[in-house]
Amino acid sequence: MNRILSSRLLPLAATALVLLALFAVAGWQYENFFSPRVVLNLFKDRAFLGVIAIGMTFVILGGGIDLSVGAVMAFTTVFIASLIGRYGWSAPAAIVVALVVGVVFGMLQGWIIQSFRIPAFLVTLAGMFFARGMAFMVSPRSLEIVDPFYADLADRGIPLGPGLLLTMGPLLFVLLLGVAMVVAHGTRFGRQVYALGGNEASAALMGLPVAATRVATYALCGGCAALGGVISTLALSSGDPTRGNGLELDAIAAAVIGGTVLTGGRGWLFGTFLGVLILGTIKTILDFNGSLDPAWLRIASGGLLLSFILLQKLLGGRNGGN
Amino acid sequence: MNLFRSTVIWPLAALAALLLFNAAASPGFFQLEWKDGRLFGTLVDIVNQSARVPMLLALGMTLVIATGGVDLSVGSLMAVSGAVAAMQVNRGAPLAAAVGLALLATAALGLLNGLLVAKVRLQPIIATLVTMVAGRGLAMLLTGSQMVPFQHKGLQWLANGSLLGLPVPVLLVPLLAVLAGFALRRTAAALFLEATGDNETASRFAGIRTDAVRMAVYIFSGFCAGLSGVLEASNIAAADPARIGDTRELDAIFAVVAGGTALAGGRFSLAGSIVGALLLQTLTLTLYNQNVPPAVAPVPKAIVILAVCLLHSPRVRAALARRTASAAKA
Repeated sequence: MNRILSSRLLPLAATALVLLALFAVAGWQYENFFSPRVVLNLFKDRAFLGVIAIGMTFVILGGGIDLSVGAVMAFTTVFIASLIGRYGWSAPAAIVVALVVGVVFGMLQGWIIQSFRIPAFLVTLAGMFFARGMAFMVSPRSLEIVDPFYADLADRGIPLGPGLLLTMGPLLFVLLLGVAMVVAHGTRFGRQVYALGGNEASAALMGLPVAATRVATYALCGGCAALGGVISTLALSSGDPTRGNGLELDAIAAAVIGGTVLTGGRGWLFGTFLGVLILGTIKTILDFNGSLDPAWLRIASGGLLLSFILLQKLLGGRNGGN
Repeated sequence: MNLFRSTVIWPLAALAALLLFNAAASPGFFQLEWKDGRLFGTLVDIVNQSARVPMLLALGMTLVIATGGVDLSVGSLMAVSGAVAAMQVNRGAPLAAAVGLALLATAALGLLNGLLVAKVRLQPIIATLVTMVAGRGLAMLLTGSQMVPFQHKGLQWLANGSLLGLPVPVLLVPLLAVLAGFALRRTAAALFLEATGDNETASRFAGIRTDAVRMAVYIFSGFCAGLSGVLEASNIAAADPARIGDTRELDAIFAVVAGGTALAGGRFSLAGSIVGALLLQTLTLTLYNQNVPPAVAPVPKAIVILAVCLLHSPRVRAALARRTASAAKA
């Protein structure tokens, strides 16, 4: 116990504790809360957020921020719906093109940030309004996706038990999480991202490819945002230009709640996973309660983000900012 | 030559170009009419709409950016103040109390931003992103996510009434800007502000209370956003918690950046921001006149902001300076 308390893993342990406490309180308050179906639905419901939060974690670890993710996700959903519905594209082709667009968009943002030394928040804020506006330009209203491929995928999945099906969305989320953990903690690219976020000057002096690494984190985040959009179309069989409003805060919150430090260089992908589950549990509790105003969700994610930042500050101060 | 060094000249030139384009595209653009003791015309509308939101928001945002920060919460704070004012007059509160309470609420949220930035030392984007999302949630919570219509002569007069033949905001907001400008430039306040934005550590060692400076600018920004939210609710005699102020933080940043205030902080131009706000409103109107749907309008705005920032960036400046130098040699 002492080793955990004194180690760098303390924030992660705190996050896991908060998740357990939330679940325990909810299970005690509401009947049937503590069931596999509720947990599975939580995964289904928050899979797109999870995927986007993974991309966001890489950007934050690299010392950046990406405010455009929610808008890129919204654009992806209407873009796919429009390619299939209006132009008769096959669903797989539309999905691949949409993912490429997301990656290129992120790469472009990263390139502008890197080459012209414009603050990341401004470039991605402009990117957010650009992508949101483009989504409305594709379609001002929600577009339904009627496609055999989509209908087929919606029923596919890994059966986990009677009536329990792990569908594509959560499956992609869990798979991506595994890949991301390997990439972050076990590859050269992962170490370069941590080095870049930790101290850019020394990363450059060590001869690390600072520019390429930074652009790559934004490209990755753009791709994850687009993948989140794909998952959202799979879950809802529609595209909607208004979807994902305020999602950037949830993605940042998931990363920070999971112990990723906003100034970069320190954090865990697994923590982001726990952060997504905490946000999802709060939403599930609000859904279960029914009488609580949904506006509380916004206030809760803002408040939670703030309290975890404060926690980090306190811990950081005690460890001499290490 | 000094004129071209001035930051205001570029947005003014862009504004003039846009106005000329509009005059050519739609006849009667410059037409003004005196009716019922009040001036009417497209130009008056532009100034009025610009004063009501982007100019007011830019006033606070300019000072925040001058200290090296940014305030993303202004749009949500507008929703909070609009909701508070509308609900207060519906409960029978007098105008001054309703508006006062609304401004107090947003100034308090501004203080929260300031505390998070100056005392907790959060990055300004994160601190104000939290208030942006939570503030919108607060406005929805106050109103039960419902539109709050009201019938109140005084509150409706604020945005729709006229003084000296001009709409109230056209007089009120520039007056506020001039007062703020005088209060800053005639005292050491502007110097403190710019010093804080330029180099906070050095300023603190020089005896400037940088924490107080930073908190003050966020409170002022909250106050401006609050006033803007009240005017926005007053304009349509209703407070819509989901729509008031939506994406307006972009408009404010547009006005400030286009007006020549550097995002890195350290210097500011209130006059530039006012011209920037007029430029923004004219651009918006031009887009609507060219049948661009309102929801798509952020696309060109985002492009303009990025373009201006690219022009400000050291790399582009250096490239431009090289070209000018080699042209001078030849």
